[in-house]
Amino acid sequence: MSGLLIYLVILLITAFLAPMLISRAGKAAPWLLGMVSASGFAYLLGFAGFISKGNTLNYTIEWLPELYLNFSLYLDGLSLFFALMVTGMGALVLVFSGNYMKPYAMKHRFFFLILLFEFAMLALVLSGNLITLFIFWELTSVSSFLLVGFYHEKPEARNAALQALLITVAGGLAMMAGFIMLGQIAGTLEINQLLKSGDLIRNHPHYLPVLLLILAGAFTKSAQFPFHFWLPGAMQAPSPVSAYLHSATMVKAGIYLLMRLSPVMGGTPEWKYILTITGAVTMILGGYFAYSQTDFKKVLAYTTISALGTLVLMLGIDTDISIKAAIIFLLVHALYKGALFMIAGLIDKSAGTRDLRKIGGLGKVMPTASLAAIISLLSMAGLPPMIGFIGKELIYEAKFALPDIGNLLLVAGVLTNVIMVAISLALIFNLFLGPLKYPGEKPKRPAFALRIGPTLLAGISLIFGLFPARVADLLLSPAIKSIRPTIDSLKLSLWHGFNEVLLVSFITVAAGITLFLLYRRVNPVLTKFNNEVITFRFADAFNKGLDMFLHLTKKKTSFIQSGYQRFYLMAIFIMTSLLAWYQLIYTWPDIENISFSKPGIYEILILILIVSSTLIAVSVKSRLAAILSLGGVGYGIGLLFVIYGAIDVAITLMLAETLVLVLFMVVVYHLPKFTNFSSNASRLRDAAIALLVGGFMTGLVLKAGQLNLNPKISDFYVENAIPLAHGSNIVNVILVDFRALDTLGEITVLVIAAIGVVALLKLKTKKGSAT
Amino acid sequence: MEVLLAIVIGLLYAAGVYLLLRRSIVKLILGIMFFSHATNLLIFVAGGLHKGQPQFASDGLTAVSANPTDPLPQALILTAIVIGFGITAFFLALMYRFYQATGTEDLDELKEGENK
Amino acid sequence: MKSYIVQLAAARLLPVTLILSMLVFYRGHNDPGGGFIGGLMASAGFIFYAMAFDTREAEKKLRVSPLMLIVAGLSFAFISTLPSLFAGNPFFTGEWVSLSIPLLGKLKLGTPLLFDFGVYLTVWGVIVTIIFNVMEE
Repeated sequence: MSGLLIYLVILLITAFLAPMLISRAGKAAPWLLGMVSASGFAYLLGFAGFISKGNTLNYTIEWLPELYLNFSLYLDGLSLFFALMVTGMGALVLVFSGNYMKPYAMKHRFFFLILLFEFAMLALVLSGNLITLFIFWELTSVSSFLLVGFYHEKPEARNAALQALLITVAGGLAMMAGFIMLGQIAGTLEINQLLKSGDLIRNHPHYLPVLLLILAGAFTKSAQFPFHFWLPGAMQAPSPVSAYLHSATMVKAGIYLLMRLSPVMGGTPEWKYILTITGAVTMILGGYFAYSQTDFKKVLAYTTISALGTLVLMLGIDTDISIKAAIIFLLVHALYKGALFMIAGLIDKSAGTRDLRKIGGLGKVMPTASLAAIISLLSMAGLPPMIGFIGKELIYEAKFALPDIGNLLLVAGVLTNVIMVAISLALIFNLFLGPLKYPGEKPKRPAFALRIGPTLLAGISLIFGLFPARVADLLLSPAIKSIRPTIDSLKLSLWHGFNEVLLVSFITVAAGITLFLLYRRVNPVLTKFNNEVITFRFADAFNKGLDMFLHLTKKKTSFIQSGYQRFYLMAIFIMTSLLAWYQLIYTWPDIENISFSKPGIYEILILILIVSSTLIAVSVKSRLAAILSLGGVGYGIGLLFVIYGAIDVAITLMLAETLVLVLFMVVVYHLPKFTNFSSNASRLRDAAIALLVGGFMTGLVLKAGQLNLNPKISDFYVENAIPLAHGSNIVNVILVDFRALDTLGEITVLVIAAIGVVALLKLKTKKGSAT
Repeated sequence: MEVLLAIVIGLLYAAGVYLLLRRSIVKLILGIMFFSHATNLLIFVAGGLHKGQPQFASDGLTAVSANPTDPLPQALILTAIVIGFGITAFFLALMYRFYQATGTEDLDELKEGENK
Repeated sequence: MKSYIVQLAAARLLPVTLILSMLVFYRGHNDPGGGFIGGLMASAGFIFYAMAFDTREAEKKLRVSPLMLIVAGLSFAFISTLPSLFAGNPFFTGEWVSLSIPLLGKLKLGTPLLFDFGVYLTVWGVIVTIIFNVMEE
C-alpha cells in the first residue's frame, strides 16, 4: 500500500526537479514529465482488477490520533477512478504544455506549478482522512491561484486569480469547520470509519450545520451557483491549465467530496433538496450563458459549469440510476472537455485568437485536431455513437424515475441539452467545417505534441461509446459501488431499445438543430440582451463587495490606530480601570475587616513628604525641580522601607535613587525645557483619567490587604534559609539561592539595558537620516 | 496606616498616568518612574506591614521574631528597583536620541514623521 | 566641577567605597547587603570620581573596561550554577564547602557566594557603563 505513498513522493520530487529538467533536457523534458505521470496511471491501473473485486486499501500514519488527525491514504473504486483521471489527463496535459508553453520565459515555473497541482490533486483523491483531504484541497486552491495568475503582468489575470482563490479558500475554511464537527460527532475522521457511521451522523442534531458547511466547500470548488463566476474568470489561465484544472480535475474535487460523503451524509431530504435545486439552477444558467459567449474558452467554461450542475443534480436525486449517471457523465465530461480545452488552446496558438466571430473552417488547416474536436463535440451534444450519448440517456432515465419533481427537472435537463446540441453543432459547422476564416496570418498546422492529447481523448470517447461494457466492469462499477454498495452492476450499451428516454432524446436533438439553425439570428440578440439588460455581473458584485470590505477595514484601522501615543495609552487606561472598577464595586472591600496599624508621627511626616513631592513633580514647570521632587518621592519610600523592616530594599532604593538623580543631572541640560503643549481642557481630562486609575489602584491595595494569601511560600524560605542555604539574610538567600534563576534573568535584563544605552548613544546614525 | 498608604499608592499611580498622557517626552519618563515607585510600594504593602525588626533567620532553626516582615516581596522589590534603574537609563538614552534626531520633544511629531 | 577639593575627596574616597562595597557584598548573606547593594556602592564611588575628574580618568582608574566587568559578572553567575551538575544535584542547587582557616576561623564558601559575586560585578559594570556613556555625551 505504501507504494501509493512512494508514488506521491516521487511526484512531489518531480515537481521540484521540473524547472531544472526543463532547462537541461529541453524538448524531451515535457515528455519525460508526462512519462512520470503516465507511469502513475499505469501503476494505478494495476489496482483495477483488485479493486473491482470489492477490495479496498487503507494506509495510515498516525499523527495526532487524539484529535483524529492522521495522514492516511484510502483506495477504493471511487478514488481509483478519480486518480486515474488525474494521472491520465496529467500525462496528456504535460505533453501538450511542452509545446504550448515553449515561447514563455516562465515555463519553468509553469511546470513546477502544474506538477505540484497534480501531486495535490492526486493526494486529495487518495486521502483517507478528511483533514489530510482538506490540506491537499487547499493546496489545489493555492496552485490554481498561481496558475490562473500565471500571466501575472495582466491585471485581469491577477484579479481572476485572486477571486478564484478567495472563493475557494473561503469555502474550504467552512468545509474544515464542517469536518471538525463531523469528527466530533463520529469520533473519527478516517473515511473508512466514517463510511460505517452514516446513520449516527444523519440523526445527529448538528447534521444540518455540518452539511451546510461541507456543501459550502464543495459548491465553491465545483463552481455551483451562486459561486460559479470564478470559473469563467479563471479562463485567464493558459489553456493547458483550463483543460486540466478547470474542466477535468480540480473543479471535480467538490463532486468527488459529495460522492465520497454521499454514503455518510446523503439520502436525507436536506441533502436532496439543496443539491437538486443548486444543481438544476447551475445547470440551466451555465447552459444559457454558454450560448451567448463569443470566446471559445468562455463557451467551454460555461458548459463546464452546466456539466458540474448536472453532476450535483444527479447526486441530489440520489437514486441508483442517478448515481450511475453521475459517474458515467463524469467520465464523459472529462474526456470531451479536456480535449476541447486543448483544442481551444491549439486554435488560440495557431490562429492567434479564440474569438468565434473571427475564425472558422479550421478543418482545412488542422484536419486531425478538427476531427478530434468534432468527435468531442458530438459527445458533448450527447449524440450516438459517442459515450456522451450513453451519459445523456442515463441522465434522462434518472429524471424519469423521479416521482414528484421529476418532470420539472426533465424539462430543465432537456432545455440544457437542447442548448448543448445547438452549441456543439454551431461549433462544428462554423469553427471546423465551412469556409476558412482567420484574422492574421494563415494558421499553421499544429505540432504533434499539441495534437496527441485531444486526439487520444476523442478516440477514447469514441471507443468507450462503442464498447462500453469492459470499462463499466473494470472502473465504473467499482466507483459506483463505493458510493452505494447495494447497487447492482452497471450494464452499458449504446442501444437499449426504443423507450420514452429515446423519444426525449429525439426531441432534444430536433430542438437543438432548430436552435442551431437560428443560431446566427438568436445569438446576437441574446448577446445584446445579456450585455445590456442583465447588467448585474457576479464577478463585479464580488469585486465591489471586496472593495467595500477593504474600505471598511481601512476606515476602522485609521479610526483605532490614531497614531498618537497618548490616545493609545488613554484607551488602555480607561478600559482597564473601568473593568477593574466594575469588579471592585462588585466585591467592595470590607474596610472594617482590615487590620489597621496606627500610623506614627514619622510615618505621617514621610507620607506628607511623598505626597507633596508628587504634587510638585506633576505641576512644576522646571525640569530640575521635577526631577528633584521625584527623588523626594523615592527617598520617602526608602524611609518607609526602613521603618517597616526592609533594610536591604531601603539601601538599594536609596542608592538607585541617587544614581538616577546623578543620571538626570548629567543629561538635564541636554534636555528640552518643558513646553506647554496641552490645553486646560485636556489637562482636566487627563487628570480625570489619572484619578480613575489611581482610585482603582487604591481600591486594589485595600482589597489586597484583605486577601489571605498562602503564607507557606514565605514560611518555607524563612525556615530553610539556614539549613538549606547557610545564610540568615533571607532576602539575599532568596535572591542568590532559592530564586537564583530569576536573578540570573534579571541581571541579564540589566545587561541588555546597558547594551541598549551604549548602542543608542555610541552608534551615531549618518547625518540627515533620522535615527 | 494601610488606608493612608493605599491612598498614597493611588496618588502615585494617578501622577504616573497623568504624566504619561503628556505630550512631552521628558514627562513620559517621569511618569514611568512614578509607576515603578508605586508598584514597588504596592507589592510591599500587599505583603503586609510589620513595623520593626528586619527579619533574619536565627541560628536556631525556626526561632523567628514574633512579628515578621515577609521577605519574599522584599526580594521581588529589590531586583525591581535595580531593573527599574536600567529601564530608566535606557529610556533616558532613547529620549535623548529622539530629541537629537527630531529636534522636538513633542510625541505627536512622531505621527507626522511616520507619514512623511 | 573641576574643583581640587572635590578631586582630592573623590580620589581618597574611591578605595574606601570599593572596600566598603566588598564588605557589604560579603556579609550580605547573613546581614543586610549583598551583590546588588555592593554593586551599586562600588559604581557610586567611580561615578563620583568620574564627576570630579572626567570619565576617561575614571576608566583609567578602573583599569578594565566596564563591559569586561559585565562579561565577568555574567560568567561568574552562570558558572556558579554548574558545580551542582557535577555533584549530581539539580541545576542551580547551592553547593557549600567549609574551610577552616587559621586566624580567620571557619570560612564557608559556596556557589551562591560566587553567584552573588557575579551579580555584584554585573550591577557594577552595568551602572558604570550606562553612566559613563551618558556622561560622555
